[in-house]
Amino acid sequence: METSKVRKRMPVSTLLDAKIVLPAIGQSFVKLDPRVLVKNPVMFVLEMVTLLTTVLLLRDIVQGGQGILFELQIVVWLWFTVLFANFAEAVAEGRGKAQADTLRLTRTQTRAKRLFSADNPERFEMVSAEDLKAGDVVVCETNDIIPGDGDIIEGVASVNEAAITGESAPVIRESGGDRSAVTGGTTVISDRIVVRITSSPGTSFLDRMIKLVEGAERQKTPNEIALTILLVGLTIIFVFATATIPSYALYAGGSISVVVLVALFVTLIPTTIGALLSAIGIAGMDRLVRFNVLAMSGRAVEAAGDVDTLLLDKTGTITFGNRLATEIIPVPGVTEREAAEAALLASDADETAEGRSIVQLAQDKYNVRREAAPADAKFIEFSATTRLSGVDAGPRHLRKGAIDSVLKFAREQAGRDIAEPPAFRAAVDKIARAGGTPLGLVENGRILGVIHLKDVVKPDVKDRFAALRRMGIKTVMITGDNPVTAASIASEAGVDDFIAEATPEDKLRYIRNEQGNGRLIAMCGDGTNDAPALAQADVGVAMQTGTQAAREAGNMVDLDSDPTKLIEVVEIGKQLLMTRGSLTTFSIANDVAKYFAIIPAMFAAFYPQLGVLNVMGLSTPQSAILSAIIFNALIIIALIPLALKGVKYRPIGAAALLRKNLLVYGIGGIVLPFIGIKAIDLVVTALHLA
Amino acid sequence: MTLIGWVQIILYCAIIVALTPLLGAYMTRVFNGERTFLAPVLRPVERLLYRVGGVDETSEQGWLAYTVAMLLFHVGGFVILYALLRFQGALPFNPAEQTAVPPDLSFNTAVSFLTNTNWQNYGGESTLSYLVQMLGLTHQNFLSAATGIVLAVALIRGFARASAKTVGNFWVDITRCTLYILLPVCVVFTLFLVWQGIPQTLGSYVDATTLEGAKQSIAVGPVASQVAIKMLGTNGGGFFNANAAHPFENPTALSNFVQMLSIFVLGAALTNVFGRMVGNQRQGWAILAAMGVLFLAGVVVCYWAEANGTNILNSLGLSGGNMEGKEVRFGIVASALFAVITTAASCGAVNAMHDSFTALGGMIPLINMELGEIVVGGVGAGLYGMLLFVIVTVFVAGLMVGRTPEYVGKKIEAREVKMAMLAILILPLMMLGWTAIGVVYPPAVASMANAGPHGFSEVLYAYTSMTANNGSAFAGLTGNTLFYNLSGAVAMFIGRFWMIVPAMAIAGALAAKKSVPPSLGTFPTTGGLFVGLLVGVILIVGGLTFFPALALGPIVEHLAMLAGSTF
Repeated sequence: METSKVRKRMPVSTLLDAKIVLPAIGQSFVKLDPRVLVKNPVMFVLEMVTLLTTVLLLRDIVQGGQGILFELQIVVWLWFTVLFANFAEAVAEGRGKAQADTLRLTRTQTRAKRLFSADNPERFEMVSAEDLKAGDVVVCETNDIIPGDGDIIEGVASVNEAAITGESAPVIRESGGDRSAVTGGTTVISDRIVVRITSSPGTSFLDRMIKLVEGAERQKTPNEIALTILLVGLTIIFVFATATIPSYALYAGGSISVVVLVALFVTLIPTTIGALLSAIGIAGMDRLVRFNVLAMSGRAVEAAGDVDTLLLDKTGTITFGNRLATEIIPVPGVTEREAAEAALLASDADETAEGRSIVQLAQDKYNVRREAAPADAKFIEFSATTRLSGVDAGPRHLRKGAIDSVLKFAREQAGRDIAEPPAFRAAVDKIARAGGTPLGLVENGRILGVIHLKDVVKPDVKDRFAALRRMGIKTVMITGDNPVTAASIASEAGVDDFIAEATPEDKLRYIRNEQGNGRLIAMCGDGTNDAPALAQADVGVAMQTGTQAAREAGNMVDLDSDPTKLIEVVEIGKQLLMTRGSLTTFSIANDVAKYFAIIPAMFAAFYPQLGVLNVMGLSTPQSAILSAIIFNALIIIALIPLALKGVKYRPIGAAALLRKNLLVYGIGGIVLPFIGIKAIDLVVTALHLA
Repeated sequence: MTLIGWVQIILYCAIIVALTPLLGAYMTRVFNGERTFLAPVLRPVERLLYRVGGVDETSEQGWLAYTVAMLLFHVGGFVILYALLRFQGALPFNPAEQTAVPPDLSFNTAVSFLTNTNWQNYGGESTLSYLVQMLGLTHQNFLSAATGIVLAVALIRGFARASAKTVGNFWVDITRCTLYILLPVCVVFTLFLVWQGIPQTLGSYVDATTLEGAKQSIAVGPVASQVAIKMLGTNGGGFFNANAAHPFENPTALSNFVQMLSIFVLGAALTNVFGRMVGNQRQGWAILAAMGVLFLAGVVVCYWAEANGTNILNSLGLSGGNMEGKEVRFGIVASALFAVITTAASCGAVNAMHDSFTALGGMIPLINMELGEIVVGGVGAGLYGMLLFVIVTVFVAGLMVGRTPEYVGKKIEAREVKMAMLAILILPLMMLGWTAIGVVYPPAVASMANAGPHGFSEVLYAYTSMTANNGSAFAGLTGNTLFYNLSGAVAMFIGRFWMIVPAMAIAGALAAKKSVPPSLGTFPTTGGLFVGLLVGVILIVGGLTFFPALALGPIVEHLAMLAGSTF
């Protein structure tokens, strides 16, 4: 499996895309329905107090009170605040919908050839893909779109999964084994397969994905629920803080209008994070989809941010799938070049990965030129009985292979018992100890040396594991190798732990054990035997190429089938939580400036001394209150891009990350509104709005 | 401000910091049920108490059973104290022949002592008999203090334990706390106070003839023993009306200094108990550091305000700061320091009249209490109050590192946040809500001694003090009215138990959770960054709510004073 291939991502729609913004504006008004808004308590409270002030405004207009223009402006901006919040959510949903529509297009057009009986693939009827039920059997021929998720029960075909994965290279799907699963919406390129549909329309991966990115099936995640509780708590506290003020004012011999009280209340309650909370959640899911990973729930994305331990399969993830030659060690009396030449010649016609890697090594490392093989050369293929391969060229009989077999061949050729050179044995032992595979090299009766074959760790994984360690995540390698080999590769790749000679039960036991110690585990897997472990893991990423069982067991599906992507999945999860935390901090920190804007203005009529608290030097009490309200509304719009894009995650350790975010969103959250409100006040004053 | 003043402040802090790990180690042993050096004497007594009470010391309770046991215990305590107050005329040890305390005042006083508030709407020497002082008040001083401590310990166990169903045994904890911690310290402390000149007698009041020939009755009694636990247990209810300003309750500068130490010592040590029990003492030090920052900020402002006095006083030629309402034997620094300490902790003993402080000087005690007395705080109550803020802080800021927030290995989730918010929001509700009624409801307004912002401050201070279970008063206000007796009792009761029950629910929820081992990705809660963050959240979430009220009280009064008008 290649990891270096360029990942094709879903098209990214920009924020200013009219196709998203225009419907979102419409949606902002639709979402004013209190029955919709009640799911977001802070916004619901905001709408209720806005309604109250609207009624009071209407009363004042009818009765002809004073300061109606000021009141009107406050009411208008309060409505804008609600609309901006709705707009944020609508934009996030709109972006998800845009992706979902592309996906849906493939599905609605699909016609299926449903078989009357599974035994006879010739007799079928044409039905719409939507009418298929789990258990139906369909036949898919060249250029047919597979109508739904299922398992191949007969045949083999190459399938283009670009609609789902964006990867244009076709993949082979065949009945039986680990590659029998097909996904609805993919296209058969050649041959013919009979597929048993495993999910009814409306529950296939595609459908689930559509619903999730659209936000239709969005449920609040545990962390969102906790955060909502915090925001509700803060809102209640500010109810007490503002509702008691009229009585204090009465004592001081003044009075404060309801509109001003509402203005103070609205600026204090955490409207910023309240407005952006659901947009952040939807955008997080959206980012994952863009990375070609389907999450079955928002909860899974959140859990990804919390992962402590990552379980990775060695083959394909940490190492290239095949063993490669890395060194040729000659015995004394043989030069390096001589041995390398022999190795090249012996492997010249060997088309296995190992053979090719020997040829490559001889050329690259030992500068042996590859010449056309002698005309009389006869290639000896590897066989399980001799465990040797090589070439016979005239008098030269070159062989490479298992150590015992090489020694045996040398003795036969020499016709006598020749002693094994001590240096040869030493090199063999050294390679074995390092977890590699020694390959003997012999010419006629003469032992030339040893070729070191080893599992080569992919070049970039070590850095990625180091990055994970800085994130506080432990990596564990799972391999079927013996413990010696496993330990060697583990240390080379820089993983923190490994499970050698791993059986499915071992994986499951390891996961349970780690979970018992309070850790959250992520793993990826593709085979049916991975299903129990995938189900047990907190974040189980199933490969798109994997079996149906594996995909059902995981809570995410990676459409690129790239196991190293777990790292990005974790980052996306962390980004989601960070964005929430940062905007909450920002929202709460904003309150400081708002107090300083509104309190002196509010009490100016009866305690003019409190003017010293007007540190921003806002021109009039009305302008101060209006500026605070306008800032409060505009900051929502200003932060929508950040909410959708997410706060950038860097693996620099929690302490450094906290310091950085605290500086930007905490201190920034205190300072920015002082500047912002002052600036708005200047504009408001210049325009004579208050 | 003087050098000797600063030396006294620094010395005070240094001694508290030095005592914290020593006492913390001892208290941890006591609550872990380990053997201590006092065991040869106290262990038989402890065993006997369990046998008499039918307590199985090996069995433990879940958070609910623990809380219910605590509440039942308080019902009993209330009934006894209320009965003693009502029937004191018929009971012995009453040399001054005090008569029955009226029902509303008895109710207020009983709730007050039960909740560790010790708000006193009466004068001790003119209202209560020796029996009530000893059996009623001193007894509750011990038990309300022990209750606060054991609840904090139960919450600590919630953090420290993993996958556990229980948080301890209330009966065992309260017995061990009283026997091994409060009693031994109080015995030594009482002897010290007697040496300093505080009376300890069951004899009747002394009649003296003054130089002018007038007859004066000098109140005495079993004072030293009550003062010891009043300070150590952050109760604050004075034997005499003048509290720690009275020469028989606080005769010397040394007794004053040691009394200040005794207010903080147990509360500070509990932060160390927390650190030890969760397996990292630095966690405890971080909490103490956050408390220290808030404390020192308060001391500096209060000392500065009092030492500078007011421009009105200065223009009259009265240099040397604001000495109004302060005892000459203590002076400005010891009075300002005492005021900050007593309100930072939920003690409420006073050695000067807070009402006579400058506007800003008097605002500091007010802010201390409005934050919920989490700066060291009431014994136990300060720590669990602080931990509630820690939960909010960790939840908000912890997300910023990209993980579900954790604190000392425990994930902070919806239930913890809900309970913490439930507890925290009760402070503004009671403090601001009752003040809103108190400043406009005519029968309440009649109690105010001063007009304008100062009168407002008096009412705000009263409800803040009662809700926070402090018990100190801004004097001036006439508290012994039906309205204040009843509304105050409600504020004290809710302020105490509406905090305790959610805190205990958190203890139960946390104990049941697995413990997450720390990693590089874990939000660090031991460094200066966390301390700063915690202080910030406390001030913004806990403090800003009171900004409008403070603006209308002390702040506007200060500004008016600068302009030359007083109230």
